[in-house]
Amino acid sequence: MTTDRLSGMAFLLLSVFVMIETRVLPLGTHSRPGPGYLPLLLSSFLAILGVILIVRGRLASSWRSVKWPEGLHALAILAGCVFATLAMETLGYRLVMLILMVFLFGVLERLKWWVVCGLSLGLSFGSFWLFDTMLKVILPRGNLGF
Amino acid sequence: MVETLQNLYLGFSTSLTPINFFYGFMGCLIGTLVGVLPGVGPLAGISLLLPTTFGLNPTSAIILLAGIYYGAMYGGSTTSILMRIPGEAASVMTCIDGYAMAQKGRAGPALAISAIGSYIAGTASVIGLMFLAPPLAKYALRFGPPEYFSLLVLGLLVLGYMTGGSMVKNLAMIVLGLLLGMIGIDHFTGYFRFSYGLVALGDGIGIVPVAVGLFGISEILTTAGLSIRPEVLKPRLKDLLPSKEEMRDSMAPIGRGSLLGFLIGIIPGSAHVISTFISYAVERRVSRHPERFGKGAIEGVAGPESANNAASCGSLVPMLALGVPTGPIPAVLLAALMVHGINPGPMLIKEQPVIFWGLIASMYVGNLILLLLNLPLVGIFVNFLRVPYKILYPTILMFCVVGVYAVNTSVVDVGIMTGMGVLGYVLRKYDFEPAPIVLGVVLAPIIEMSFRQALAMSAGSYVIFVQRPISLVFLIAALAMILLALKPLLKKRKDWRERFTEAEKAENV
Repeated sequence: MTTDRLSGMAFLLLSVFVMIETRVLPLGTHSRPGPGYLPLLLSSFLAILGVILIVRGRLASSWRSVKWPEGLHALAILAGCVFATLAMETLGYRLVMLILMVFLFGVLERLKWWVVCGLSLGLSFGSFWLFDTMLKVILPRGNLGF
Repeated sequence: MVETLQNLYLGFSTSLTPINFFYGFMGCLIGTLVGVLPGVGPLAGISLLLPTTFGLNPTSAIILLAGIYYGAMYGGSTTSILMRIPGEAASVMTCIDGYAMAQKGRAGPALAISAIGSYIAGTASVIGLMFLAPPLAKYALRFGPPEYFSLLVLGLLVLGYMTGGSMVKNLAMIVLGLLLGMIGIDHFTGYFRFSYGLVALGDGIGIVPVAVGLFGISEILTTAGLSIRPEVLKPRLKDLLPSKEEMRDSMAPIGRGSLLGFLIGIIPGSAHVISTFISYAVERRVSRHPERFGKGAIEGVAGPESANNAASCGSLVPMLALGVPTGPIPAVLLAALMVHGINPGPMLIKEQPVIFWGLIASMYVGNLILLLLNLPLVGIFVNFLRVPYKILYPTILMFCVVGVYAVNTSVVDVGIMTGMGVLGYVLRKYDFEPAPIVLGVVLAPIIEMSFRQALAMSAGSYVIFVQRPISLVFLIAALAMILLALKPLLKKRKDWRERFTEAEKAENV
């Protein structure tokens, strides 16, 4: 299996998914195209591109040749982003950022504890002050008032 | 001519007010920092700072954001010359001869020529922008929905062709971007499309979470785990002066780079990146001693550095005159105007002269500020490179989260940003270029509206797109792009796009 063939299959699957989802939208007529008209046209085009990638992807590099040396690190950072998304409105911006920064600086990067404390507190409360207090962007306080 | 000068006077009286001058200066300063720091490109920088401009008037906002864009082109050369790490993609070519000069102890003149070239190119291309955009906008008033649709199709195809790499992959990215741009309420019928009950998706996927995710987050995910600690050279002010010979050798490349960059900038695609590759190739071709290239030829710094600055200015021509962005950065600038209730398009220059001419004048002033910032203060900016990446990336990540949240005060946007980050990370691994996705997201509503209006005008006949002469010309040009992309299939020789992609990959290794 090559990288191009794998990508082609992903596009083909995506196009089929969009086509299925488009069924609930009115297609309209040629003179009055409905909300499903262009998405259906585009997903058909995407399917064609997917097929071209599968057919012509024979000579591309093997999918195994794609290396992920930073994969675990990336996964941990991603987990931090997901946590921020899910917890921001419940715990509040400052607390979430504090936890995220402690995780990144302390757990992931293993910086000295006083550097972790200084940077995490400074960045989470400093950015709140800059955006919320100074720039009047309302950031979530959460259930605890943070 | 008199009218242009009167308008320019209006522009200077706007851009030199203390508040606009301040935002112009801040834009240049932040842009230089964005350019200096590897991993924070101008696109992510502009996207992150977009929410901070909501409280400003539209003129100040666009002056600040445009300052970041062209400021990053100045700053990008610093890391390329001193560390052989391109601060942003348009400085890749500067690494070759810039770093070679630094190793020979000529880092100062390389930095100076890069700043002087950027200044000359930036100023010259603002003159081009000033004279080209208004007549182009007047001409575009003749465009109806079919012409706009064909123009946008052409723009997307040119972007797909010019981006380099596989045209099929680039087209797939464009289609993916267009599909993402169709999420939300259909403005013709009020139907919710692909929103799965999420009210926050009613307005569609925003450009900021998409851009920050695809470029900012994916860059962090790719580079955070790698432990690189490059050596940082620190030039002294007195070492900056180029010799007479170096000045003489640089003048013609600066002139050629300025012209080439401006013209390439107008064409859709990652113009500022492509222009540097073409400028470098041209300089090498016209040089009497091409063997010096790669070993510290000052022409290899002067040409590409001038070209990327001129291209960043050239890319503003179609954005301001037609309302059509030619790449992801003009697309975000366009989105910034729309956030402030300004409708981009051919009427912008006529209806909003203060914004247009204020921006033009601020660019004259900004280029001068950047020259002053980049020469004497280069030593200070270099210090930012000493901040370890393990401290830098969580800080950038925090700004990504707060910047994206601030646009709509919505955690859904933070989730979209995270999703786009994963998508960008995987796409990079599989050799896909994510830039066309951003443009697709921005253009989707305009392209769909003009497509449906055109079909309504013609009672459902597709012939309307080839019946109208301007539309036909655009479609013929689009067809030419497809045929050009098919050329490598018939010929065994590699075309410039393949060589461009290979050179980019080689530099990234």
